[in-house]
Amino acid sequence: MEQTFDLTLIWAGIIGFGIMMYVLMDGFDLGQGILYPFAPDEQARDKMMNSVAPVWDGNETWLVLGGAGLLAAFPLVYSIFLPALYIGVFLLLAGLIFRGVAFEFRFKAKTSKYLWSWSFSVGSFVASFAQGAVVGAYIQGFETEGFAYSGGPLDWLTPFTVLTGFGLVIGYALLGSTWLIMKTDGAVQQWAYKITPKLLFGLMAVFAAVSIYTPFVDSSVMSRWFDGISLIWALPALALFCAYIVLRAVKKQQDGMPFVATMGIFLFSYLGLLASKWPYIVPPKFTIYDAASAYNSQLFLLLGFLFVIPIVLAYTSWTYWVFRGKVGDAGYH
Amino acid sequence: MELDPLVLSRIQFAFVVCFHAIFPVFTIGLASTIAGFETLYFKTENPIWQRLSKFWIQVFAVVFGIGVVSGIVMSFQFGTNWSNFSYATANFLGPVLSYEVITAFFLEASFLGVLLFGRDKVPQGVHLFAAIMVATGTFISSFWILSANSLLQTPDGLELINGMYHVKSWTDALFTASFGYRFTHMALASFLTAALVVAGVSAWFILQKRELEANKKALSVALWFLLFLAPLQTVVGDFHGLNTMKHQPTKVAAMEGNWETSNGVPLLLFAIPDKEEQTNHFEVKIPKLASFILTHDWNGEVPGLKAVPVEEQPPVFIVFWSFRVMVALGLLMVVFGIWGLIYRRGGKIYTSPVFLQGLRIMSISPFLAVLAGWVVTEAGRAPWLIYGQMTHAEGLTPSLTGGMALFSLIGYITVYALVFSAGIYYLLKVFKGGLEKANAPHEMDEIERPARPFSAGHVAIDGDL
Repeated sequence: MEQTFDLTLIWAGIIGFGIMMYVLMDGFDLGQGILYPFAPDEQARDKMMNSVAPVWDGNETWLVLGGAGLLAAFPLVYSIFLPALYIGVFLLLAGLIFRGVAFEFRFKAKTSKYLWSWSFSVGSFVASFAQGAVVGAYIQGFETEGFAYSGGPLDWLTPFTVLTGFGLVIGYALLGSTWLIMKTDGAVQQWAYKITPKLLFGLMAVFAAVSIYTPFVDSSVMSRWFDGISLIWALPALALFCAYIVLRAVKKQQDGMPFVATMGIFLFSYLGLLASKWPYIVPPKFTIYDAASAYNSQLFLLLGFLFVIPIVLAYTSWTYWVFRGKVGDAGYH
Repeated sequence: MELDPLVLSRIQFAFVVCFHAIFPVFTIGLASTIAGFETLYFKTENPIWQRLSKFWIQVFAVVFGIGVVSGIVMSFQFGTNWSNFSYATANFLGPVLSYEVITAFFLEASFLGVLLFGRDKVPQGVHLFAAIMVATGTFISSFWILSANSLLQTPDGLELINGMYHVKSWTDALFTASFGYRFTHMALASFLTAALVVAGVSAWFILQKRELEANKKALSVALWFLLFLAPLQTVVGDFHGLNTMKHQPTKVAAMEGNWETSNGVPLLLFAIPDKEEQTNHFEVKIPKLASFILTHDWNGEVPGLKAVPVEEQPPVFIVFWSFRVMVALGLLMVVFGIWGLIYRRGGKIYTSPVFLQGLRIMSISPFLAVLAGWVVTEAGRAPWLIYGQMTHAEGLTPSLTGGMALFSLIGYITVYALVFSAGIYYLLKVFKGGLEKANAPHEMDEIERPARPFSAGHVAIDGDL
């Protein structure tokens, strides 16, 4: 078949966009679970869950869409990442299942509510940590033989991935707390104002550690960043600037700005990570082109994605529009 | 004992897929049932159909929710435990499985929300349309899944280049030789499942003298479906079997417990197939009947297991007995269909406790039959993952160790035991609440969230009824 378009590049764009959407959107509702044990009281917990209840599973849509797209467009990623992260994948799924079920049943529970609160919290924490560890494992790279993973079952679990795991947990908690600033008022909002700077400093500390450590884990990253001044330095600079905005907005007790700026931190760090690794999708050996599926398979599915992504986006925006504004004691009105 | 990652992975896949399969097979049939109730309500304006629909929509919502969660786990298994297989087949399976996801999301994002939450918010015609679209969507979903499975049974339209299959013809690959039979067989299985569950639950309500008028109507409709669909399924099953004999003769040999390729083969009612000794013990048989069923000729030739080396034979005992369980349950369904027809005289279908209790028990039969059927077709394909081309061992993740596989197997069993027993416990509460609760003001004062099927259930998970 004649290859008119660089479909591999288009698919890299789609998957990259999907992952970003997932991280930003599921991030703030996973964050609610991470913050759950520290919430001031049971009423605050109700409010926290209510604030994300209408949107959380739409948020997870992006994970499933991205996963399915990966198998179709970049099968090598699927067949190396999943075996390499075998235990981590199990923890991620188990975590997501537990918190998903907690969402459903905590609302329907009277006497067993505390059980579902715990399930929500532990599930969210485990899933977030596992995702962070995946990021770390991606930076580390994978041991491969031919087109298969050849490392051990726990190669992904290193001090570095534990660091990125906790980093993402703190990051999601920050997205969660700034989301609460935007969506709640009164005592819960005040509490969120109080914890946001602490989470921000925690995140920045992990950031610094990861940034210093990464070039040593991967020498190609080192040369990309330190062989002269390049445009990519703008990305961490912008991330830092966003962090400053968060701090300032919290001080001024602004409503929406902390959340928006936190999303900025995530966006620019994500782009920075991509800039470090591009075009490697299964480091250290395979680029997006090595990992790509056949042209006609990419094309076949692209038609479906071009149809469904606008619908998912429209539906998502509609849901956020319907549930705009502050959440009351009994949910949105 | 050495832990074998291959055996453990197969057990894990079988466990997860069996657990998953029972939910979609029910929702597919139930979606059509609900569309049927809504159509009847639209045409007759008899509120009874609406009462029924409201109840079964709640059941649908819960079952759909559990099905989606268990399905997600499924899709990750391919990568974690069968990475060589995933990689080799990704050019086909990737897009096909993704299209299934797209179908499901499109449904969730559009018509499901209207069906579950929109009754009072949209015109009745729009609500009916949503119900029909949801029913259609469940079939489109199963189209993709069964197409993928059929390709593994009767591969076609692919070309192997450097260890990776490339799609030569999408039409050939999507519509392989066994696809039509498999799809029809499963579609009927879904309808039968819905018919038997509706019949069983209605019978149970009638025994309790609850909502008699509505439940009698539901029972009557379900029994008509059972009467016609159960015999039809045996005919379709027969055709499916003939198709299998043509393309996967060894599977049929295992189903029949037939070791030597020969003519005038008896039908075995009972036997203990022994793969080690390559023979059966304690046979009870009807002469020549297997030949007649499979070739429609009393002396027709039936393939034997010994036509292939021992290592290419499937686990005969499992296939042989699963097949018998499926057929026996199918015949029992035919019996209940006819029994129902006879008892219609004088309305005994509504009054006979024996018949009603029998139906109540029969409501689990379609699930057992479907699982048995899938065991026949999946275990019957062994040792092949892609028939004649790739074995289970070749498809396994090379880096997988027995310890990892055991860890995840125990893990999934634990997670499922905890989470899905909560789900099924809740489903039973919805059943107990019955039409009365489904049509009463909501017990739980919660916010309705779109795209969340479960929240259509308005019964508390704990506390008294």
